[in-house]
Amino acid sequence: MSEEIKVIVFKLGAEEYGVEVEKVETIERIQHLTRVPKTPPFIKGVMNLRGVVVPVLDLRGRFNLEETAYTDASRIIIIAIEDLKVGMIVDSADDVIDVDTDTISDPPEIVGGVKAKYLRGVARVGEDRLLILLNLKEVLNKGELIQLEELEE
Amino acid sequence: MELNQYLSMFIDESTEHLQAINEKLLELEQSPDNLDIVNVVFRSAHTLKGMAATMGFEDLASLTHQMENVLDLVRGSKLSVDSFVFDGLFKSTDALESMLSDIINGGTGQADVSAIVAVLKSIVSGEYKEAAAAAAPKASTGEDAVTLDQFQLSVLEQSLDSDFNVYFIRTELTEECVLRAARAYMVFRQLEDNGEIIKSFPSVEEIEQDKFDRAFSLYYVSKQPQETIVHLIEDVSEIRSATVTPLDHDSLKLIAVPSPAAAETAAASAAPVVSVDQPASAAPAKAAAAPAVHAVANRTIRVDLDRLDHLMNLFSELLIDRVRLEQLASEIRRSDLTETVEHMSRVSSDLQNIVLNLRMVPIDTVFNRFPRMIRDVAKTLGKKLELVISGAETELDRTVVDEIGDPLVHLLRNSADHGIETIENRRKAGKDETGVIQLRAYHSGNHVIIEVSDDGAGINRAKTLAAAIKKGVVTEEAAERMSDEEVYRLLFASGFSTADKISDLSGRGVGLDVVKTKIESLGGQIHISSKEGVGTTFSVNLPLTLSIIGAMLIAVGSEKYAIPLNSIVETAAVEVSKIRRVHGRDHLDYRGSVIPVIDLGKILEVPGYGLEDGGERNLVIIRKREKLAALIVSDFVGQQEIVLKNLGKYLNKAFAVSGATILGDGQVALIINPNALIK
Repeated sequence: MSEEIKVIVFKLGAEEYGVEVEKVETIERIQHLTRVPKTPPFIKGVMNLRGVVVPVLDLRGRFNLEETAYTDASRIIIIAIEDLKVGMIVDSADDVIDVDTDTISDPPEIVGGVKAKYLRGVARVGEDRLLILLNLKEVLNKGELIQLEELEE
Repeated sequence: MELNQYLSMFIDESTEHLQAINEKLLELEQSPDNLDIVNVVFRSAHTLKGMAATMGFEDLASLTHQMENVLDLVRGSKLSVDSFVFDGLFKSTDALESMLSDIINGGTGQADVSAIVAVLKSIVSGEYKEAAAAAAPKASTGEDAVTLDQFQLSVLEQSLDSDFNVYFIRTELTEECVLRAARAYMVFRQLEDNGEIIKSFPSVEEIEQDKFDRAFSLYYVSKQPQETIVHLIEDVSEIRSATVTPLDHDSLKLIAVPSPAAAETAAASAAPVVSVDQPASAAPAKAAAAPAVHAVANRTIRVDLDRLDHLMNLFSELLIDRVRLEQLASEIRRSDLTETVEHMSRVSSDLQNIVLNLRMVPIDTVFNRFPRMIRDVAKTLGKKLELVISGAETELDRTVVDEIGDPLVHLLRNSADHGIETIENRRKAGKDETGVIQLRAYHSGNHVIIEVSDDGAGINRAKTLAAAIKKGVVTEEAAERMSDEEVYRLLFASGFSTADKISDLSGRGVGLDVVKTKIESLGGQIHISSKEGVGTTFSVNLPLTLSIIGAMLIAVGSEKYAIPLNSIVETAAVEVSKIRRVHGRDHLDYRGSVIPVIDLGKILEVPGYGLEDGGERNLVIIRKREKLAALIVSDFVGQQEIVLKNLGKYLNKAFAVSGATILGDGQVALIINPNALIK
């Protein structure tokens, strides 16, 4: 069954990633973040999103990639799944494309340094463009967050 | 359906009427001769019936109709209410409530009420009394009633006692079914293979001769669970529906029309089952306590709670802007601007009061279901209990009221089960047989206090400690040094229970810790005080509102935090030399006692933070009940009303932080949870 899904494309380093449009509430520029004490290093703090306090994580840090300084192109993608609302800092986000679900293949073990369990698959777009689709449930898995907290104590 | 738009109105009003029926029936139980109360109940039932019929909820309407018949007789003094009649009426109310909640959850409100209807009918026809007078164990042959004779009943009772399941099954064949007798026979055979049919209606002979109309009911005893039975029946083809209702001792008593009445005529001495029922005996003494006629209803409109929440959110936004404006005005220093901003501040303070008050509801909405619950609990436990409620008009934020119900249920059940002694023990201790549980609510400053106290045995320190040591909650050495209050708090430790036997109600050791967690999540606290032999009091301290609090803003290094005012004792600046190091920890002499000093910047790991040597330290003295501590902060920013926001689900358990707020400059500031800083 061939189906088209709309995905928002963003970059981490040289790789292009995608998340389904329905799961993205909005995309914001980098703004002031309030640090929350004793949280894992990839959690950058909380931001004020029009009156709602939203936690923000650095996706590079989440994937254990090297964190870089934020630039003018850096964006916070606000993800809303079920009752969870979280911001993810990415290098840039500037495209929405249609992806044919038939072109999505299972992810290899590690893509661009990111473990397979965080990925939903790899989609081929056009001739030579590969898009890594994220498994947001895993990326925003709270269980792992708690484990990290326990390790620190 | 066009009627859909009236559904929510129907639900609201029916809930109110049912509640009224429940309350008035309880009052009536206290003073059975008061016909005024009967009239009120009758009117509520009548209205309910009318509404249900209009809305097309036939089962609801027909059950209320039967209730009305009974009440009508009572009203006309043609029937005197005894405990059997009360049980019938209460069971009906329960059935109505469950139908209503089915409707609320989007269901059709249908339910098999034939058993209850049969009971009510037998009351109206007076059969239950006649049967008693004749003292003959004869089954009634009411139209669709399925009654049991003494023998069949005792078979069912014994089956229950020997761990069999007892079911009331109603089966309906499809309209197309031609071989009705054959289908019925197949159902019978399926059931016989897995258990025993005690009684069927119509009788087996009548069914065999095809003398029945598509439906038949039976009492059935089996080891199989409910689902299996349903499957067994539905395996037979041309079955339209099969309702399998499990029965327990209570429902058997109800079905057994002749038996309780017989017990009644046989006088109280021979009827231990009924003697549990306290109100009948206690009635004359308590009649005076029945409250006078309800106050005249206020003129009100119903508002969707979501809209109120939305209003609250919008108002919070406004509050943030107000703080921002005040800040700007003080920078710009133009008198007309400052005046306008000040005026706006005053108006918005008034507005804030109104908005917060809109969300306040009397705690009565939670309390009103407790008398009924205590009555049922008393029956189950075989104790005599009286619940005295005061302060039900006390108002609390709607969110708190919604959440506080379950913890209170638990505390009340705990008091009834563990607090109040058995009748014999009370007699031995020279107390009145009837245990009194008091439920009190009152305002105290910015808080509401709810107390649940009983006049029971109190908490036994030795027993509690022994249990705690056995369960590894405390060590023996620590136990000896504990104060009474500390010992009582052990009851809130998880996995802790001192009950000798596990009962249905409580005693599984999973209750009080949940109660404590819930109350703390509402920003409240719970305390216990107790005196052996005299009783125990649980007192719950709740904030009036959860959404706006007074707080002090402080700076720690480059970061800003808010500390709730209600936990601040005072602020101070002291010389560094006054802070002493004892056992590697900083302490301060504060008004005659030594309190710990916590360096907030260090504990919160503020980046680039370090204390200068010498000079003065800014301190905020905080309090967790009687314990104090001093927090070192870099600067005091100011005091203001802040709007509480949570950190979002992703970070719901952050260290020493209870939430966040948005400051005038749009940035987020975290709110310090002082309880987490004081051990």
